[in-house]
Order: sequence, then C-alpha cells, then structure tokens
Amino acid sequence: MTNKPLLDVVDLKTEFRLARGVVHAVNGVSFSLAEGEVLGIVGESGSGKSVTALSVMRLIDKPGRIVGGQILFHDDQKTVDLMSLTPRELENVRGNKISMIFQDPMTSLNPVLSVGYQLMEPLKQHRGLSEADARAAAIKLLDRVGIPQANLRIKDYPHQFSGGMRQRVMIAMALACRAKLLIADEPTTALDVTIQAQIIDLINELKNEIKTAVIIITHDLGVIAALADQVAVMYAGHIVELGPVRDLFKSPQHPYTQALLGAVPRLHNWPERLTTIDGAPPSLTVNIVGCPFYPRCPVHVDRCVTENPPLLELQRDHSAACWVAQALATAPKAKV
Amino acid sequence: MAEILLKTVDLVKSFPVRSGTFGQHRLRLFAVDHVNLTITKGETLGLVGESGCGKTTLGLTIMRLYDPTSGAIFFEGQDIAGLQGAAKRQSRRQMQMIFQDPLASVDPRMVVEEIIREPLDVQNQGTAKERNEIVSRLLQVTGMPMDAAGRFPAEFSGGQQQRIGIARALALQPKLLVCDEPVSALDVSVQAQILNLLRDLQSQFQLTYIFISHNIAVTAFMSQRIGVMYLGRLVEIGPSRAIVNAPLHPYTMALIKAVPDAEPDLRGRKRGLSGDVPSPINRPTGCPFHPRCPWVQDICRVENPPLREITPDQFAACHFAEPGKTI
Repeated sequence: MTNKPLLDVVDLKTEFRLARGVVHAVNGVSFSLAEGEVLGIVGESGSGKSVTALSVMRLIDKPGRIVGGQILFHDDQKTVDLMSLTPRELENVRGNKISMIFQDPMTSLNPVLSVGYQLMEPLKQHRGLSEADARAAAIKLLDRVGIPQANLRIKDYPHQFSGGMRQRVMIAMALACRAKLLIADEPTTALDVTIQAQIIDLINELKNEIKTAVIIITHDLGVIAALADQVAVMYAGHIVELGPVRDLFKSPQHPYTQALLGAVPRLHNWPERLTTIDGAPPSLTVNIVGCPFYPRCPVHVDRCVTENPPLLELQRDHSAACWVAQALATAPKAKV
Repeated sequence: MAEILLKTVDLVKSFPVRSGTFGQHRLRLFAVDHVNLTITKGETLGLVGESGCGKTTLGLTIMRLYDPTSGAIFFEGQDIAGLQGAAKRQSRRQMQMIFQDPLASVDPRMVVEEIIREPLDVQNQGTAKERNEIVSRLLQVTGMPMDAAGRFPAEFSGGQQQRIGIARALALQPKLLVCDEPVSALDVSVQAQILNLLRDLQSQFQLTYIFISHNIAVTAFMSQRIGVMYLGRLVEIGPSRAIVNAPLHPYTMALIKAVPDAEPDLRGRKRGLSGDVPSPINRPTGCPFHPRCPWVQDICRVENPPLREITPDQFAACHFAEPGKTI
C-alpha cells in the first residue's frame, strides 16, 4: 500500500467475564489499515468481528474488558494509542475522527430529536460552525447521501425515514466530521438488496472522494467482494486469514476460508451441493490449545492439535494461520 | 407434462387499514394482488422480492393461514380457498410450513419429541407407538442426535433448531412445504447444511417446495423456477437460470444487478434503482413499478400489464419487455 497508514491494531485481546467463565472474544488480533482503504472483516456469529470493531472504538462495556494490545491511530503526523486516552479525550476522537454505523441505525439516532438537529450537533461541536452554517452544511450532507428534498426532510424525525434512509443519515453524520475512519458493523444486513446496493455505492464514493478508511464487518461475502480491499477472516477470536480481496477469494489458503467460500451459493454459478463444515465453533470460555479450527478441519495434522499456528505471510500481503497451508507454501513447487 | 400440485387463480389477499389521526380513512392494503401461478409435483418454486412485496403473505394464504380475499387455490384439483372447519384442517395436512425462527411458534416448555409429535397428536394419526416411531425416524432423517428427543429446544443451536422445525413440518408427510426464509437467520456454514438437507429430503420424500427468500442466490440454488414479486404482484416468473441470467422485467434486472456476488472481479456500480418501494396502501396507478422504471411510458401509468410469455416458459408483466433488452 502506498497510502499513509492510519490504524495499527496490535495483539488486541478482549474478554468478557461472565458467571459461566471468561469468554475470550478477541484473542490477539492484529491488522493495519491505510488511509482510504477498506478492510472487510468476515466471520460467523461469535467469531469476534463485532467485538474487534467495538474494541477499536473503545466501546467495550462491562462485563467486557480490553485486556491487552495497542490501537495506534495515526492522525496528522502524530500517533496516539487509543488505549491510553481518557474518556474525555476519547470523546474527541469518536464521532469526529472515527465514526461508527450499526446494523440498526435507530439504536444510534435519538428518536425525539430531528435528524437535522442530530446532524448539526457534531458540526457545531467539532467544527465550530454557527447555527445557520451548520444547517446549510447539514442540508448539503443529506443531499449528498441521496436524501430527496433534503431542505424539507431535515426537520423530520428518525421514525419518518425508511431503514435505508436512516442508514444514509448515519453515513451523513460520519461525513459531517470528515471522519478518517468509518467502522460499519453489518450496515446493510437489515436492508433489501436494492437499498443495500445504494449504500454500498455510497460507501465506495466516500472512500474515493474523502479518502475515508472503512472497516466493514459482515457475514455476507458478497458485500465483502463488492467493497473491501483487504479481507480479514475471523474464527473463534482469531484472524485466520488476511489478504487482498482478489487473492483471498481466488486462492483462499485457510481451510476455514475455503469452506466458507464453498458454502455460499453464487448467483450465476451454482454447484450441485454446497460445502458444509461439520460441527460447531469451539466454546470461547475454555482455553483453546492448538488451532481453534482443527476439530472441524478436513486436513488437520498432529501439530494442529497441540500448537496454535501464527498468522504468517504465505504470499505477498496474504497470510494465513494454518500449519498445513504454511507447509505447502514453503514446500518446493507443491500444488494445492 | 408434469402433474400440477397447486394452482392459484387470481388470488387476492387484502387487509383493511385505517389511517389518519382518528383512523377515519379506511383503505385497503393489497398484499397479494391477482396472483396466478402453478406448481408442479416435485419442483421448487422460489419466490423473491423485497420486504413488503407480499411473498410471505402469498405463502401464508396458500397455506390457508390467511383467508383469501378472492380468487381460487387449487390443490390437486380441489379448490381449497373456501374450505372451513374440518375440511380445512384436512387439507392442511398436505401442506406444512418452515419459518425463519422455527421455535417462535412452539411451546418452549415442550421437549423436542413433543414438538415433533404435536402435529400427529392434533391430527390424530396412528397409535402412540406409531407416533413415537415416526418421531425417531424424523430425528434421524433430519440429522439430529438421538438423545435430542428428551431435550428442550433452547438447548440447541440455530441450525439444529431449524432441523427440529423441519422434522415437525414433515411429521404429517405433507406434499407441499412452504419454506419462509428458512436459512436467513443462520450462519453461512450452517445455512449450507440446511439447504443441502432440504434438497435431500425433497428427493427422498418427493416433496414440493415453495421457497421464499430475499436472498436471490440462495433461492436460485434451491429452485427450478423463480417468481419475482413487487407490491403484491407477480411481475416475472420463469426458470431460475433464465431469471438470473436473462431477466425480462426491468425490476428483476435491477434486483439481480443489486445482488453483490461473492466475486470481487464482478465488482462495479451496483445502484440499479433509486428510491424506495412505494407503500402498498397507496399504490401507483397502472404498473406498480412505473415510478422507478427506466422504460416508463404513458401507458404504464394507466394500464397494469398482465403476465405474458416472452421467451419459452418465462413470463413478465411489462408492456415493453423483449428478449435481450436490458436496463
């Protein structure tokens, strides 16, 4: 990547202390993100993808706790570790430098305040605009995200907008502060495909126009294929494969990624049977020895039972945490 | 020609709605509007469309869980649209439904065995011993562990709960299974297991499916034919491959174009349609799709086009649909 680095997450660990034990939701996750880059995080329920995103925002609340790692945010020449910020300092980062949108925009919009008020607030707070300037800017933003008759709709309340429109309002808020990083957690999961397509286009435009970096979390491999530059595949709190989107879809290295890709019916090209993965993901309350995927892995070897493979680069920028893939990659002229 | 299992003729389901602050305006919401379709024995007909297009209501009306407003539903040649009481209950045995949340409709205090046996009990089928045999056979064919029988549904994962839902639906040996978003709540690896299971069961028991989903790729994988619904209308119906690769209706084209395929090489501008689906209460005049349609002409605003066969076996409800035309 030639772009300037924006975020480095190093060995992030987040756990939840529950009555039934400690859930190791994120178990040593590291990744980097450059300006204007889109990182897609895929994984199934409970793989730790949302907790990773929330941890980056330091939005983990009790009983959860970030127990280790660094979240280095590179902003205008200076680097801050978000882990070391006070709550007040964090407030200046959240919503200003880093914005987040969720599956259900209603959870982040205040139902008793007009959309315009909620859009103008950060403009006044973070950018110091006057009431009139903020209003004009808010209308421009709503217009920009494709809300018709923005000058009238600005007075409306969130419930008067459809789901797709609300998600646009959330994106407008992210734009309002020219956030450097947008974290989108399943932003299109609740939307119909035609509306999802509009939101995907909008996120792509943002990235191109204002160079916002995006972390998009989804279980939908189609959304990843449409948006992401880099993809991280998560399983049981670990990133098991990380690479450029084309390489990862064309030549997945980790058996879990391979199975995941085979399990999704493609629109134009459907197989006789879908690949399935037997069994279920491991419980995250126990300390996992060995590779977390080995009980379900069709190609596991003895080493997988006792030692958890690290995430190693197999090809340029493309890494996988798998002993077998690593052995094949280093073997002379081995063909998978 | 394969035998026809189910046929709907001008099927309509509308709901009265009141609007205005004091509910003074009485309007009708047409959830299913003059739908004509036939399903042959052993096939899977997929129904796709956006939320509120009427696909679920159509499924529920065919099941007679809603009373149709007008029109006919022929099941094996018999019109079941007007059946009531015992005759209706009798016809229900032939048709069962699988839901997105399989356990929303069962008593959580029942154990799995009771849940699967309940339809047999309700319909008074066989002796107690026979019923229990059926239950254990169903657990087996749906891939559930044998010790599941005495456990509570909440102890199982989402995929296994759906297996329980399928076992329950199969208990009465129905001919038609209406699957309403059966895998939408599941993770992809589990989704694949359930889809494969549904296909296996179909060939094992010669089942006919109506497969309702908003996920077009999944529907295409499961179905021989797909019907596309928009605002209560069936706007296109045809073989799955044709619907996906050579759609005729501009709405179908936009829908297919909007689906993000898991192929980074096919990445491109996705936005096929602007705006949202209009309200089904205040529907546009003429063709329901005309306010968003790129081909719109004057006739579309006044005249609702009927379904017509444009290429063999592929029907579209559009005044201007032609083979090979694209948006």
